[in-house]
This record gives sequence, structure tokens and C-alpha cells, in this order.
Amino acid sequence: MSESRRKFIQQVGGGLVGLSAISLLGKFTEVEATANTEVKDKPAQIRWGMVVDMSKCKEGCTDCVQVCHSRHNVPDHGNAKDEIKWIWKAPYKNVFTSKSHRYQQQGQLEKPFLTLCNHCDEPPCVRVCPTQATFRRPDGIVQMDFHRCIGCRFCMAGCPYGSRSFNWRDPRENLKQLDPHFPTRERGVVEKCNFCAERIDQGLNPLCQEACKEGVITFGNLNDPNSEIRKLLGEKRTMQRKTELGTAPSVFYVVES
Amino acid sequence: MSNTPIKGNVAYYSWVGFLALVIALGFAAYLRQLDQGLTLTGMGRDVSWGVYIAQFTFMVGVAASAVMLVLPYYLHDFKHFGRIVVLGEFLAIAAVVMCLLFVVVDMGKPMRVLNVILYATPHSMLFWDFIVLNGYLVINILCGHVALTAEKKSVPPPAWIKPVIYLSIPWAFSIHTVTAFLLAGLPGRHLWLTAILAPRFLASAFAAGPSLLILLALLVKKVANFDAGKEALSKLTTIVIYAGLANFFFVGLEFFTAFYSNIPSHMHSLQYLYFGLDGKGALVPFMWVSTLLGVGALFFLLFPQTRKNEKFLALACAALFISLWIDKGIGLILAGFIPNPFDEVIEYAVTANEVAITLGIWAIGALILSMLYRAAITVKKAWED
Repeated sequence: MSESRRKFIQQVGGGLVGLSAISLLGKFTEVEATANTEVKDKPAQIRWGMVVDMSKCKEGCTDCVQVCHSRHNVPDHGNAKDEIKWIWKAPYKNVFTSKSHRYQQQGQLEKPFLTLCNHCDEPPCVRVCPTQATFRRPDGIVQMDFHRCIGCRFCMAGCPYGSRSFNWRDPRENLKQLDPHFPTRERGVVEKCNFCAERIDQGLNPLCQEACKEGVITFGNLNDPNSEIRKLLGEKRTMQRKTELGTAPSVFYVVES
Repeated sequence: MSNTPIKGNVAYYSWVGFLALVIALGFAAYLRQLDQGLTLTGMGRDVSWGVYIAQFTFMVGVAASAVMLVLPYYLHDFKHFGRIVVLGEFLAIAAVVMCLLFVVVDMGKPMRVLNVILYATPHSMLFWDFIVLNGYLVINILCGHVALTAEKKSVPPPAWIKPVIYLSIPWAFSIHTVTAFLLAGLPGRHLWLTAILAPRFLASAFAAGPSLLILLALLVKKVANFDAGKEALSKLTTIVIYAGLANFFFVGLEFFTAFYSNIPSHMHSLQYLYFGLDGKGALVPFMWVSTLLGVGALFFLLFPQTRKNEKFLALACAALFISLWIDKGIGLILAGFIPNPFDEVIEYAVTANEVAITLGIWAIGALILSMLYRAAITVKKAWED
């Protein structure tokens, strides 16, 4: 190879590397340094979200859990290992693992908090699923295709919220009663809260929201600045679970009144 | 080549018969699992991967370690590996088959396995693992078969196989890197969320795999009168020592980062593994046995007097192999799920049915290996005569 041609190739190559480096730098430097994932504002699009006001939630009440689980044919296997859960209560200290301290106000650490799938804007479960059996709908609902799931449980390893359940055994054996309006599942697939997608598509609100007499749950479009949920988020001090992981949850909590 | 595994003496047939029995038991246990579901395992909503995925992870390493023979032999022209390079390739074949089986028995819907191809999803690391593992299987079958057939016919291997052999080198690294990526990219699983998971996997693989190869070489010397040669064993031992030291160095790095930074979520899984967490520590004895066996084996391998003694070499390699198997084939996968996302310590206990299936797959691997080695050694000996 002649000297000049070699030099030319070196220069072109160097130029290309430099250009791509500059464009990459641009991509990284334009972002603001924050623990939270930058959520892209798409006003024309719906992004469903939920505010759970725990100051209104009555201790011992499980109305929302009961309605959700019975209407979605969630079985009760009677043991913790095989348990299927869509929405349930767990102590504050377990739900907000990094926001608990020993001097917290009386009873706060053990106070039962509602927990469910966060329908993240950046869902790790969707990212890791090898078949797109878990996918994010354009309206932000993270949904499961029970017929495509291969039961590898990669999504369960990926979810940092413990929101996913696997059907280790036949779910139909332990249904107290069958609701014909929602499909039952087979053994060997993963399931979780679906934000009542089947109702939202009919213009209805999620069952848990409807079932709660205390008005704990507010459901609405996070992209609409005039929605009830956005007004509530604008007024109250709210928090999300594990925002430092960049998942951008769509479920928000009001912790105190 | 195809008719050689059938001929044999009593010892070989007894061994094959024994393996067939273990495989049959494992198959029966798998039928039971197909009938009743994965509830028969120790896995649950908190520890949702168990001994199957842990074996899978470990065996990917054993498969990748064939490159520790292929690379010196083909890239550096290290002639002494000539007699045993095919043993490495055949070990890779048996190990990859075991990997694929461990993934299939772990699946809730094994009949849907082809969905991984049908709905190919490049943003899922499992898709890439599927590609690289199956590719590695094909490459090793091809390389081993072509080299051995050429040897049988006493002709040099065809030229077209050379690029495939060279491809197998980066490919071996890729299978264990992608397997590390399965785990290292998950937010909230802090034991795995570490950039050195892939190098750690490679280090432990290149210590465990060649340890097993040394043991196998010593075994075929005894049962088949096929000697790998002193230089080959000595070089393999050097590889084992360096990789083993790198492995324990990496484990030490994990400890430093977690405990010096003092970030609870980074310390929890290591605390659970080595000291117990919230009063629970089922794996603590295992991890210390692993540490003692591994460090002890490496210590004795450092001295020429001990490592040149074949009895002692076998003992040290077995100890190191068991050590790394405990570390990766039990501890690493299970403790990734402990504590769970709610910071609760919920432990995993393996079940008898799960153990039977696992042993069945190990026996399938051993059977494939025995048949392939038998064929390879028959060809090699005939050629040398």
C-alpha cells in the first residue's frame, strides 16, 4: 500500500471515530443529572397512572384486593411459595425499603401499604422478556400475553418490585369461584396486575379504584395536565418506589395527610 | 467413527448402564414435573430460579473452557495440546447439551421454546444466549468431527475448517459473556449488578473447565491407556492456577466494593452467603467449604513438588472444581434473589425431584462425553499405531 493512500485511510478513519465520539458525547451531556429517569412528555398520548393515598387507606380493609383477585380469577393456593398476587398489602418498611429509618413515627414501619405492578415507563420486565409476551402498550400499561409466555421467569428476576407471580401449579384447581368474564391461566406462565386493561378499553376505571370506599385510589392520564390525577400530584407530596433504578413507575404514593 | 462407541468391554458397559439408570430416574422425575408443575421444585415467588439455572450457568463456563486448549494449540502453535484438543471440544459439546437441557427443564412452558426464535427479541439477553449457545454447539461438533475424521483417514484437515476454528475462539468468550449479561443487567439484583460479572465468570470457567479436563485426562490415561503427555498437563495446570487466582481476586474485589462503600443493598447478598442474614444462612457452610477447598487447592498447586505429583494434582483439581461449582452452581444464582425486592430473606431448599432431574442431566452429559471420548481415543490410537 502506498504511503499517501495509507495516510488518507488513517485520516478518514480518524475523522469517522471523532465524529461518532462527538455525537455520542452530545447524547450523554444533554441529560440533567437526576436519580429519576427522564420521562418523555408525549401530550398527545395517554399514559395511565395511579395515586395511592395511604393516609385514607383503612387498616384491615382488603376490599380492593378481594375484588381484584376474584374478578381476575387469581387462585389461592394457601402457601407463600406458590402464591399469586396482583395487588396486596405489605409493611411500609418492605415497600419503601430505602426510605425507612428506626426513628420513624409510631407504627409507620409496620403500616400495611398497598402494592401492585408499577407499570413502569421503562419496564425492565419488558426489556428482558425473550418473546415479547410481556409488552408495554402505547398507553403505558405493561401487559402479559399468557399464550406466548414460555415461563422462563426472566421477568421475575428483572422486576425490582416483586410484582410478578408464576403459576408453579395449576391455578384452576384453587379458584374459589370462576368469573367467566376474565380468562383463567394455565400452569407455567407468569402473571401480574394489568391495571384492568380489559376495563380501561371499555372506558371504565380499574376495579380496585371502584371497590375502595375511602377514595384511596385515583386513576388517570398522567400526560393530561388537567386530569384529576395530575391535580392531585400537583397538590400532594408523593413518592414512588425505588426511583433510583430508572424504572419510572406510574404508581405514586401519598404517605401522610 | 460412528460404530466405535458400541464396541466395548465390561467396565465401559457397566458405566453406560449406570448412567442409563440415572438418566431413566431423572426422566421419570421430569415426567412428574411435567404432570404437576414446577411446584415440585424448591423455587417459589421469591427465589424464582434455582438449581437448574445455577447448573446452566456453571456448565456454560465448562463449555467455554474448551478455548483454553483451542487457543494455545491453533493460535500459538502449542503442539503438546494436539492429543487432547479434541477432548476439550467434545467436553464443550457435552456441556452445551447439558446447558440447553437445564434451560428446558426450568421452563414453565417447554413446548413453547421455539417462541424465542419465532418472536426473536434482540433487546432480551436470553435471545442472544440462545443464539450463541446453539452456535457454539454447532461449531464444536463441526470442528471436533472434521478434525477426527481427517485423522481417521490419515489426511490433513480441510482448509475451510481453519476459519471455523478461529471463530470458535471469540465465540467461546461470547457464550460466557452473554450468560453473565443475563444477570448483570437486572436493576435491583445487586449481587449480579456488577461490571466484573463477565470477567469473573470467565475466570472461574477457565479454572473449573481445565481442572475437569486434567481430571478427565488422568482418567483416560488410567482406563484407556491414552496419555495426554506431561507438557500438556503441566500447561493446563498453569492455566488453572492463573484463572483460579484471578477468580478469587475478583471475589475479593466484590467484597471490597460492597463492604468498604458500606451500601446495605450491595452487602446483603454477600452477607447472606458468607455470614447469614436475618438469622438465616443455609448456604453459609457451603460457601466456606468452597472458599477453603478453592484457596487450599490453589495454595498446593503453587508448589512444583505437589503439582507434579499426579495423585496430588488430581486431588487439587477435584477440590478446585467442587469449590467453583459451589460458588457458581449454587451460591451465585440463589443469593441473587436473597433478600427479595421487599428486603425479606426467603430461602430456597432443593427438592428430591429437582435433584433427580439435575442428576439425570449430569448423567446425559457424562454419557455423551463417554461416547465421544471413546470414539476420539479409538481413532487417535489407531492413527498413532
